[in-house]
Amino acid sequence: MRGAARVSGADGSGAPAESIRVRGQVQGVGFRPTVWRLARDCALVGDVRNDGEGVLIRVRPGAGAPPEAIARFCARLRAECPPLARIERIERAPLADPAALAGVGDFVIVASADTPVHTAIVPDAATCSACAAEVRDPANRRHRYPFTNCTHCGPRLSIVESVPYDRANTSMARFPLCPACAREYADPADRRFHAQPNACPVCGPRVWLAGADGRALEEAEADPIAAASARLAAGEILAIKGIGGFHLACDAGNDRAVAELRRRKRRSGKPFALMARDLAVVRRHCLLAPGEAETLASPAAPIVLLARRADGAPLAEAVAPGQSTLGMLLPYSPLHLLLLAEWTRPLVMTSGNRAGAPQCIDNDEALQALAGIADAWLLHDRDIRNRVDDSVVRTIAARPRLLRRARGHAPGVLVLPPGLARGAATVALGGELKNTLCLGDGERAILSQHLGDLEEAGSARAWVATLARYLTLFEHRPTRIAIDAHPDYRASQYGRDWAARAGLALVEVQHHHAHIAALLAEHGRPPEAGPVLGIALDGLGWGEDGTLWGGELLQVDYRGSRRLGGLCPAALPGGARAMVEPWRNLLAQLERAGLLDAALRRWAALEAVRALAAQPLDALRTLIARGLNAPPSSSAGRLFDAVAAALGLAPARLGYEGEAAIAVETLAATVPPAPEGYPFALDIAADGRLMIDSAPLWPALFDDLAAGTTPARAAARFHDGLIHALVACATRLCASHRLDTVALSGGVMQNRRLVEPLATALEAQGLQVLLHRRVPANDGGLALGQLCVARAREQSAPWAGQGVRR
Amino acid sequence: MTHGAGGRAMDQLIDGIFRRHLDNPLLAQGNDQARFAVPPGRLAMSTDGHVVSPLFFPGGDIGALAVHGTVNDLAMGGARPLHLSAGFIIEEGFALAALDRIVASMARAAREAGVTVVTGDTKVVERGKGDGVFITTTGLGVVPEGVELSGERARPGDAIVLSGGIGEHGVAILAQREHLGFATGVRSDSAALHGLVAAMLAAVPGLRCLRDPTRGGLAACLNELARQSGVGMQIREAAIPVHPEVAAACELLGLDPLHIANEGKLVAICPPERVDDLLAAMRAHPLGVAASHIGEVVEDELRLVQMETGFGGSRVVDWLTGEQLPRIC
Ligand SMILES: [Fe+3]
Ligand SMILES: [Mg+2]
Ligand SMILES: [Zn+2]
Ligand SMILES: [Zn+2]
Repeated sequence: MRGAARVSGADGSGAPAESIRVRGQVQGVGFRPTVWRLARDCALVGDVRNDGEGVLIRVRPGAGAPPEAIARFCARLRAECPPLARIERIERAPLADPAALAGVGDFVIVASADTPVHTAIVPDAATCSACAAEVRDPANRRHRYPFTNCTHCGPRLSIVESVPYDRANTSMARFPLCPACAREYADPADRRFHAQPNACPVCGPRVWLAGADGRALEEAEADPIAAASARLAAGEILAIKGIGGFHLACDAGNDRAVAELRRRKRRSGKPFALMARDLAVVRRHCLLAPGEAETLASPAAPIVLLARRADGAPLAEAVAPGQSTLGMLLPYSPLHLLLLAEWTRPLVMTSGNRAGAPQCIDNDEALQALAGIADAWLLHDRDIRNRVDDSVVRTIAARPRLLRRARGHAPGVLVLPPGLARGAATVALGGELKNTLCLGDGERAILSQHLGDLEEAGSARAWVATLARYLTLFEHRPTRIAIDAHPDYRASQYGRDWAARAGLALVEVQHHHAHIAALLAEHGRPPEAGPVLGIALDGLGWGEDGTLWGGELLQVDYRGSRRLGGLCPAALPGGARAMVEPWRNLLAQLERAGLLDAALRRWAALEAVRALAAQPLDALRTLIARGLNAPPSSSAGRLFDAVAAALGLAPARLGYEGEAAIAVETLAATVPPAPEGYPFALDIAADGRLMIDSAPLWPALFDDLAAGTTPARAAARFHDGLIHALVACATRLCASHRLDTVALSGGVMQNRRLVEPLATALEAQGLQVLLHRRVPANDGGLALGQLCVARAREQSAPWAGQGVRR
Repeated sequence: MTHGAGGRAMDQLIDGIFRRHLDNPLLAQGNDQARFAVPPGRLAMSTDGHVVSPLFFPGGDIGALAVHGTVNDLAMGGARPLHLSAGFIIEEGFALAALDRIVASMARAAREAGVTVVTGDTKVVERGKGDGVFITTTGLGVVPEGVELSGERARPGDAIVLSGGIGEHGVAILAQREHLGFATGVRSDSAALHGLVAAMLAAVPGLRCLRDPTRGGLAACLNELARQSGVGMQIREAAIPVHPEVAAACELLGLDPLHIANEGKLVAICPPERVDDLLAAMRAHPLGVAASHIGEVVEDELRLVQMETGFGGSRVVDWLTGEQLPRIC
């Protein structure tokens, strides 16, 4: 039989059979039908199947095929890769058993049911152009049908509850396919071949507009979406069920409606996301940097933080008070396309929840939780199985950076660098706020969507359910658990309990080590590449010495990290209260610098000093002096808060996390970077660390303000001074420790006015700079870092004093 | 014991203090043990070591606290307290006048609580090896027929009742110890609760469980009960009484009143249909005038204690490993 396959002819039909392995995101994205089509085009015979490693193709040239048919096929596979697929590698090898294809005269798709392996779960994707065209086409059977999708678009993670990823295991199970849809589903030549959520008006989900009692409003029955649009135009607030959850929507041009939404939702100043019908509407309000239009229109369709035009078309004042950016997104489901069809202004599209709680996903839940907020509910009967928020992207240093990894990006698969690719099944539980999970399965790190803040009961509850869901969907049975070292993070407590109960290994990872490790992994840096200098600037994380860190320069590899330098610690008077009351940090900074009394005299005329003087200073100084709920912290975030308070930019109590720091950045961004700013001192601490002391900053800043310098210029000088100090510190540390790469992570590294000049200055010193792209710089990146550290420590001993617990 | 030359003389002085204040027939017998008959029923026994700084604070002192603490531990089981034993560890050089005040206060507290200190012990340790004085008390009480209070009896639907404002003891101690110069009007709530408990049991014999939110505060207390009973708890922030000065002090200090210790408050879990009777009985007692229905027991696999806050949110009320540490990044 072997000979038969080798009989030579004028065509390539005698060429040896090959097995072609395709790795990457190639399952559940219409990859096999593409393979099928291309194989037929190239006159190949054989078969294609999904298996545990991706897609496996077995081919040989059929009758009349040219000898280079297989090579051409592989080239076209790359070029014509379906939109949601991502090919990481194509590996060609002679087929071990050519006889298997000897008698085959055709090319076929082998059902995955034949194999024990399940199709991977992929992220939800925005409506593709073909589906959008069908929805708009009056002649199409899906004209104005809000649940139109195909293999190249539509819901995925949001509707699945178990594996294998088949319709029966999604919330589409209750909608049996009509004959027309079933034909599409079964036809490899159709765009809807094996599209699990395939639907049409005959067989699929439906939408209705409901009043507060949950019943469909009769007057809206003919066209609920048009009725919803009309109500929005009349100034109403609507709850709208989308792909991964509910939104609250209103006309972004209607001052009264937007103010009312803020009042009802009890949301102070935090900017609202806006959905615009198309890029033309976006451009009316925002200036798009290169690449931003592509990001907006990508299948992930994230919220993109865009520069607001000074001459932009009018919008309600309360949409994004005090911001120089607007968070914009494009419609990503046919329902949104239809809803916005007539809108030349954006709609506010903020997450549909009560203050602090996670976004609603269930109809009854939304009717109850959003009562008193929404005037009407645009509901549908396709259940959301997994809550997936909108992703958020910002362009920093000319590249899109994910600030919130959620819809369209989760579940995400990141191939670990070779040295970390083998090891125990591990689950990393992330941080306290902006939590994400990460599963380590062989070479794959599976990243969950953003799961919110675990202090909130609804999120904490959903977090446990999501963890269970991920273990099910990825058939993951961890033997190691990686957590943040903080004693009181809820995720860490959960992990400790779990490990103790189930007898699993527990790896505690220092917060900033995890931040930097995530960044290294994202860049595929192999463990043997050696340590880097990590600059971790953020709110705070538990440090190895039992104090709270947050402005660190660390020598880091995956196994360990060591503090080489950082910000001098200042007290957090009132502990957690200092997180929400920026003036407390100004007080602590001045007290630490020995300047408080002087400030009260010398700069008494300044607004910020007057506000400080009105506080019970003696009592607060007592707290600091006695260390009474005033723990020392080297937090960079709190330094920004202190500056915000000094510049009069921060309310007495913050309305949302990061508010003060964003205000300082926003003002500073109006002034171009300068090589030097306010002074910081560099000192060597008793333990040998190179410390950045903020004390000299304060007299310079207050003198400046007293002399009439604008807060914008002062904010810029603060940024420039901090950058200068960081560069000086980093350069010295890199030289003395022979490091050539600097990795920038932590929530403060979302500040463009800081990161861009900082990266440029470090590069000018000949250092290589790593920035986040696919993984957030904020605590959303911790889980990946925790996983990598756990992996590294599985293979080699951790650095001294940084251990594994059992 | 090793307390220098004047040892014997000091022992005699200390002995005199105890005899003068705690005098009762059993103690007066001078035996190494107290012997007494007990009423019928089940006995309850509890012990607690008391360590507090400062020793004297607004609203109490270590002496009264040592009585209240143990009496309350008995009372939370529904027991009527009968007798106490007291063990004193005194640091050499501790002012006898202060000891006299402490023992007098202890005696007064015992008298008011209707218990007698029937046996005791004192040890003097070297200077620097104690912090003034430590007192361990052990109490014996009797549980009336039909009373079945236990931490694992909370059931979904049950009402959670709190006897009054929280955080007063902890804040009073802190203000005094740290010379804060504010919260000066806050007094410790240190009190014996068995009288209140008796009134509650009389009104609602089917009470499920009682617990006093001492160390770790209301948060730890509710979490313990939730874990023991395998249930969740849903409480309302607005329903939890907090003295305005306690609230102001917590605000400034950045402390959460839910985590602050109390010494004269209790949490009761009762069947929902009896909550009004329970509240009425509590409010009629001087130690329960501010009693409040603060929430419900709910079914919850995760055994979360969650609190509805003023802004429509709901936060997890958790158990802290140590001090209140900021977690926000
Ligand atoms: Fe962080
Ligand atoms: Mg005890
Ligand atoms: Zn499509
Ligand atoms: Zn159909």
